[in-house]
Order: sequence, then C-alpha cells, then structure tokens
Amino acid sequence: MRDLGHPPVWTGKDGKPMSIAFYLVAALTVGGGLAAVMLKNTVHCALALTVAFAGLALLFLQLDAQFAGFAQILIYIGAVAILVVFAILLTRSQEAPRGGVFSKSWLTGLAIAAAVFAVLGWAVLQTANLLPRVSEAPVVTVQQIGTALMGRYVLPLEIVALLLTAALIGAVIVAMHEKEGAQ
Amino acid sequence: MIENADQIFVLLQAWLLSFLPAAWRPAAGVVLDVVAIICVFPALFALTTVLERKGLGRIQNRIGPNRVGPLGILQPVADGIKSLTKEDIVPLRADAVLHFLAPLVLVVAVFMSFAVLPMGRNMVLVDMDAGLLFFFAMGASTELSVFMAGWSSRNKYSLLGAMRAVAQMISYEVVLLMSSVSVVMISGSLRLTRIVEEQNQYSGIFPHWYIFTPWGLAGFLMYVVAATAETNRSPFDLPEGESELVAGYFTEYSGFKFALFFLGEYLGMFAISGLGTTLFLGGWSAPFSFLGWVPSWIWFFGKLMLSMCVFIWMRGTLPRLRQDQLMNFAWKFVLPMTLVNLMVTALWRFLGEGWEQWVFCTAILVAVYVLMGRAEMRSEHFGPRRYRYAE
Repeated sequence: MRDLGHPPVWTGKDGKPMSIAFYLVAALTVGGGLAAVMLKNTVHCALALTVAFAGLALLFLQLDAQFAGFAQILIYIGAVAILVVFAILLTRSQEAPRGGVFSKSWLTGLAIAAAVFAVLGWAVLQTANLLPRVSEAPVVTVQQIGTALMGRYVLPLEIVALLLTAALIGAVIVAMHEKEGAQ
Repeated sequence: MIENADQIFVLLQAWLLSFLPAAWRPAAGVVLDVVAIICVFPALFALTTVLERKGLGRIQNRIGPNRVGPLGILQPVADGIKSLTKEDIVPLRADAVLHFLAPLVLVVAVFMSFAVLPMGRNMVLVDMDAGLLFFFAMGASTELSVFMAGWSSRNKYSLLGAMRAVAQMISYEVVLLMSSVSVVMISGSLRLTRIVEEQNQYSGIFPHWYIFTPWGLAGFLMYVVAATAETNRSPFDLPEGESELVAGYFTEYSGFKFALFFLGEYLGMFAISGLGTTLFLGGWSAPFSFLGWVPSWIWFFGKLMLSMCVFIWMRGTLPRLRQDQLMNFAWKFVLPMTLVNLMVTALWRFLGEGWEQWVFCTAILVAVYVLMGRAEMRSEHFGPRRYRYAE
C-alpha cells in the first residue's frame, strides 16, 4: 500500500531511525566539503576534498553497494584527487589569492545555492513518497553489474569508452605540441 | 590431527571466544583477528629487514650486520630502539599537520589491505564479494600519502621524489590491475577465497595454479614488475634512490615517523606479494597433491617469504632504471602486453581443454613479446641525448 499522505520522516530502510554511523559519515562528508571551499591553502583544500570523497565511499558501503564504494575510492581518491593535486602543484597556486578566498557576491551565491538545494530536496522527497516500501535493500553482486554493463547498457559503455579515448588523444596532442615548441 | 594443525588458529580463536558472552563474540572475534594481523606482519617485517641486510650483504660480497645477537638476528630490535629514541625533527616551514598525517595514512591504508587476504583455509579477516577491488582501492590510497609526505616537507628533493613516485605508482597501478583482470576472468569472481579455491584442484599431482598456464605466467611476470614499481623497490627505486635524491620523499622525516614509512613500505611489499600469491601461486594450496598434509598457512607464508627473497635478490642484482626508461617501459611495453594477455586469456577460455589452448596461447604470447621487444629496441636512439627543459 502506498503511503501517499504520510509525511516524510528520517527513517532508514527498515523503518528504524538512521543509524549513528550514517550521521558520522555524513558529518565527515559535509565537513570535508566545507573545508574544501573555506581553507586558504589550495593543497589543503584538495586534501579536504579527498576526505569528502572518502565520506561518499563510506555512504555507498553503508548501503551495501560494495562495488560502487570501492570503485569510488579507487577512482576518486586514487586518480582524481591525485590529478587535482598535480594540477595545483604544476600551476604553482599554493599561496592564497590576493583578494581573499571568498568572493564579494557571496550572498547571491548563497541564495542561489539554497534555491537549487530546495528544488532538489523537494523533487527527491516527492518521489520518496511514491516509491514502494521495500523491506530490505536489494543485494547487487558484481556479476549483476557486469551482466548489465555488457547487456542492457552496452551502448553507453561504448560511448564512454569513445569519450575516454578522445580525451586521452587530446591530452597527448596537447603535450606533444609543447614538445614541438621546446628544444 | 592434520585438520587440527591446519585450522589451529581458527580453533584457537574459537576457544578464546568461548570465554566471552555470546553477544560480544562477533566483535571480539574481529578484534582478535585484527590484533593477530597487527602482531604477525610487523614481526615478519623485522625478520625481513635482517634477511634483506644479510642477503644484500652476501650478494655484495660482505657480511651484513653481525653484532647484535647471533648472526645479527636481533638487529631489528636495535633498529627499533634507535628509531624510538631519535629526536623527531620537523622543518620550521613544513606543513605540520600533513607532515604528521602522511606516515599514518600510509600505514593505515596498508594494514587495511591485509583484511582481504586469505592466509589459510578459513583464515580471511573479511570475505568480501569485491575483495580484489578493495585491495586495489587501499593501494591507491597509499599514493596520496606519498604525495602528502613529499609536499609537506617544503623541500625540493622531497617534492621531486614524491612526484616521481606518484607518477610511477599511477602508471604501474594500471598494469597491476590489468594483469589481475585475467585471473578474475578465468575464476569468475572478485572474491579472493573463491580464486584460491579454484586453484586448489589437482590433476594428478600437479596443481591448477594459474602460474602454470601461459597467460598466468605472463600475467604473473607483469604483476611482479608492477608490484616492484608500486612499492618503489629496486630497480624502480628512483624516487628514494639514496645516491640521487638524498632519501626522496622521506628526506625530512626522522625517528619514529621514518620507521613508520619504512614499515609501511615493507608491509606494502607483503600485501602485494600476498595478493600475487593468492592470484597466481594458488594462495594457501600445496604445490603437490601429496603435500596436502602440511597446514595451509605454512604454504601461504612460505610463498610470501619466497617472494620477499625474490624482491631482495632483484634489489641486489639489478641496476636502477632511469625515470623516463621506467615510464616508457610501463606505457609502451608492459601495458600493451597486458592487453594482449587479456585477449589470450579469453582465447584460452574459448578453446577449451586440450592441446590447442596451450600451443596457441603460448605461441601468441611469445610472438608478441619478441616482436614488441624488437620494435622497441629498434626505436631506441643511441646518440647524444636531447634535453627538454621545464619552463
């Protein structure tokens, strides 16, 4: 039976209130994100972003999505964070920018961000009422993910592969132009 | 009796847990396992440092440490006491928080990766469905700690060493993953216990270890190369080359933090050798079917120590690779070989049992290896070197 008139409550998958582990991980993620925008040293910001990525991975693991969680660690922390850090190092922007870290129109920015969050939250909560109440989370094995990728989602997979190849070739071309310019 | 010897640690754990009330047993079991791992692997680390110094000494025609204890066996105790009592120097302009956190992140990430290794029959800490992926995820996290160490020291040598180390680790991470994918293809699971069980079968007296197949041997060799590079071990140890960069990214570390880095590096070697053993050498299974009476954990740790000896042997024998040689090797030779290995593994699976799979797979691998090696050698310009300066 659908609970259409039921107001949204903060319950977990089996009706109990969300566990303390969830709140801790959520605090870690939000804290990491806040630190990533508020710290002065750019490398510290990049590492705080890494903490936020780790928090997201822990949230995936809490939902029993093992593959997604570990792939998040492997890709985001193992590759994207290192890329960000290298980019900061190579462009030598370690010192704080002269005009301060925060922009002058921060109030407008806050208003827009709050509006977007309100729209997203409203959309999520509306659909949360319409979903059937399942008793337990589905167990997704890696084999199911593999079969889905190779079966139903093979076209997006191939398109993403094409995109990655294009990016790789583009990076090589950009680097090669530099080589022609130098001795 | 044999069964008891094999399962002795499991039985010991069950006996210790029987003293506790039933509600506490799962958590206490996990704590007991974690404590066991934290005690065993650093002890092996101590043993390995002695082995390394004596082994390297013998390879280099000298004796190695022989003052502390008989044959220098108590040297790690002396080293431990020294590192605990040394002054902990942090440079004035160094980033104190990152400088402190870097060795911690390294050691924590490396200890986490021991959680999925099956060290014997029924002896895994956590039997995860995506165990292999977890191991690689933890390995990827160690790269970040290397960068943190190098950058926070505010030292050009450290930074250079860290950047070289991270570039090398990223390149060989791809090779590591790709050479493990063929094992996953054949055994059909990312679960490490399942991979070991698939290899624990015997035809006659010979085991079904993946190293005894053409694709397995090629994969294992590439895995060894990638593992040596991942752990910054000679001949890939330019990031920490003693004659090159003072001490690379741990130049500014002294005392116990240096010991932690050292511990982290050796534990990383143990973890990666443990994974290589699990994937290619059959994990805890015995080499011949009539040796099945020897406990499984003895086989696992024996293979682990054998891998350590091979690492030490390589360190003493091979000269160091230059950074560009290292990167060229990874991207131009080993990575295409891993892709060819992947296709050969698929071919192995499709040809089915019989002589065809052995002949064709071996032939393809050998042909590609020879052709690529020849092509690489021909394109080597042995003339005056052209320099490219950073702007």
